[in-house]
Amino acid sequence: MKSRWSMLVIGMICLLPVSSAWAAEAVLNSGDTAWLIVSTALVMMMTPAGLALFYGGMSRYKNLLNTLAMTFVAYCLTSVVWVMWGYSLAFGPDKGGIIGGLDFFFFSGITPASLEGTIPTNVFALFQMTFACITVALVLGSIVDRMKFSAWILFTVLWVTFVYCPIAHWVWGKGWMAGMGALDFAGGTVVHINAGVAGLVLALVLGKRIGFGKEAMFPSSIALTALGAALLWFGWFGFNAGSALVADGLAGSAFLATNTSAAAAALAWMFIEWMINKKPTVLGIASGVVAGLVAITPAAGFVGLGASILIGVAAGALGFFSVARLKQKLGYDDSLDAFGVHGMCGTLGALATGLFADPAVNPAGTGLFFGNPKQLLVQLVSILATAAFTAVMTLVLIYVTKALTRGLRVEEENERIGLDSAVHGERAFEIE
Amino acid sequence: MMKKVEAIIKPFKLDDVKEALNAIGIQGMTVSEVKGYGRQKGHKEVYRGAEYVVDFIPKIKIEIVVAENLLDQVVAKIREAAYTGKIGDGKIFVTPVEQAVRVRTGETGTDAI
Repeated sequence: MKSRWSMLVIGMICLLPVSSAWAAEAVLNSGDTAWLIVSTALVMMMTPAGLALFYGGMSRYKNLLNTLAMTFVAYCLTSVVWVMWGYSLAFGPDKGGIIGGLDFFFFSGITPASLEGTIPTNVFALFQMTFACITVALVLGSIVDRMKFSAWILFTVLWVTFVYCPIAHWVWGKGWMAGMGALDFAGGTVVHINAGVAGLVLALVLGKRIGFGKEAMFPSSIALTALGAALLWFGWFGFNAGSALVADGLAGSAFLATNTSAAAAALAWMFIEWMINKKPTVLGIASGVVAGLVAITPAAGFVGLGASILIGVAAGALGFFSVARLKQKLGYDDSLDAFGVHGMCGTLGALATGLFADPAVNPAGTGLFFGNPKQLLVQLVSILATAAFTAVMTLVLIYVTKALTRGLRVEEENERIGLDSAVHGERAFEIE
Repeated sequence: MMKKVEAIIKPFKLDDVKEALNAIGIQGMTVSEVKGYGRQKGHKEVYRGAEYVVDFIPKIKIEIVVAENLLDQVVAKIREAAYTGKIGDGKIFVTPVEQAVRVRTGETGTDAI
């Protein structure tokens, strides 16, 4: 036994100079590959488990299953779109900084031996796929309880193709935002601002739910929402720490910042709500967790521990005020607060990355507080460009969808009865 | 003569009222869960940033039929037991009852209650 170990060590030492001599060429690293396969599975879970329960629990009882169904089909549709043309549009060879082209249509030319950095290209593509899936599913949070299922299906396909893929290309696919030096570690602009703004636009076009502002619209189950938030939190370690694309100390640093920010945001939301509304609600704690995770997403692999606490506390406060005050003041019906949490806290995180990015954590990013004031401007441009592109393109796609599915909104009678029975013919629970 | 006392009270006060009435020898009562509003009707609440109007608030309705000589004592006891001093404590209505019949024995009037 002992001799076998020593032979192994000697063998590894012999290999060392060889592998460093080959470092210029791409070499598969099995540790990185294993971590990215696990991360992909973690991020996958965030959509049909984490987000489905988080949103399903917050929607009214009569629409719980419809919310789950929409989340599931968003995942399924995006999975297929991604392997057909989505991955190619986002990560294919760059065309003028705008889009990736169709070279990798249906994964053409990608073999099990293809590498992206130190991991197989197919693993990289799958990891990126899970981000596309959750981004479009996040949009749901603004519009549950009233959108036609057929319209949602068509919208999902169009939106992933014409909104998600270009933006993912700009930031992560060697597009113009990457060229400008915008920092987005795991998707503050690509995922959260993108989904939050799209959700707001879709909510404004769809209009308010019948009875909004008059009837009480209570969550069907805060217990499910809390479980969903916990699964999102768990999956987010793959989302953020996996975005290092390697299994190293940077992944660990992103993991640390992610967990710390989520915890700080949950506490901030809880204490603020307790002070202002007199009750520390479980829905508030769960929402705070998500607000903190959203805000740290663009910053996770760039900032240190202190910044992650500050970002978390700010996200908890901003999330609470967006949901409890801003929505009421402006009067839009963002049913489950996709804009209030993802749009607002995503923006906060993208700006905070421009402030707190610490070259000692990651040499790829230096923020204002470390002597690079220009970074904040770059972040601002990337936020505004993302929000503007998403708003305009989403609006166009909404009208295309509306024309093709003859209306976006369910019939009034079905909205009143509830979409679980009207659309799916099922009930979430048989209680009685 | 008999009177019917209908008291609309806060749900959590039911046990207090029941015990207070038992203590003065009241034998039976009928209780139902009801919803309603009084002078504080239509107040607005906010849930997660979305306003809604609360029209009907859950209450308990107690119905008791008593001999007229017990009426004042019963009303006073209910009021005392159901009182919190806050808005929404409820109301008590008194109406005359023409007849009472015990189904099992056929007794009538105050003997039946």
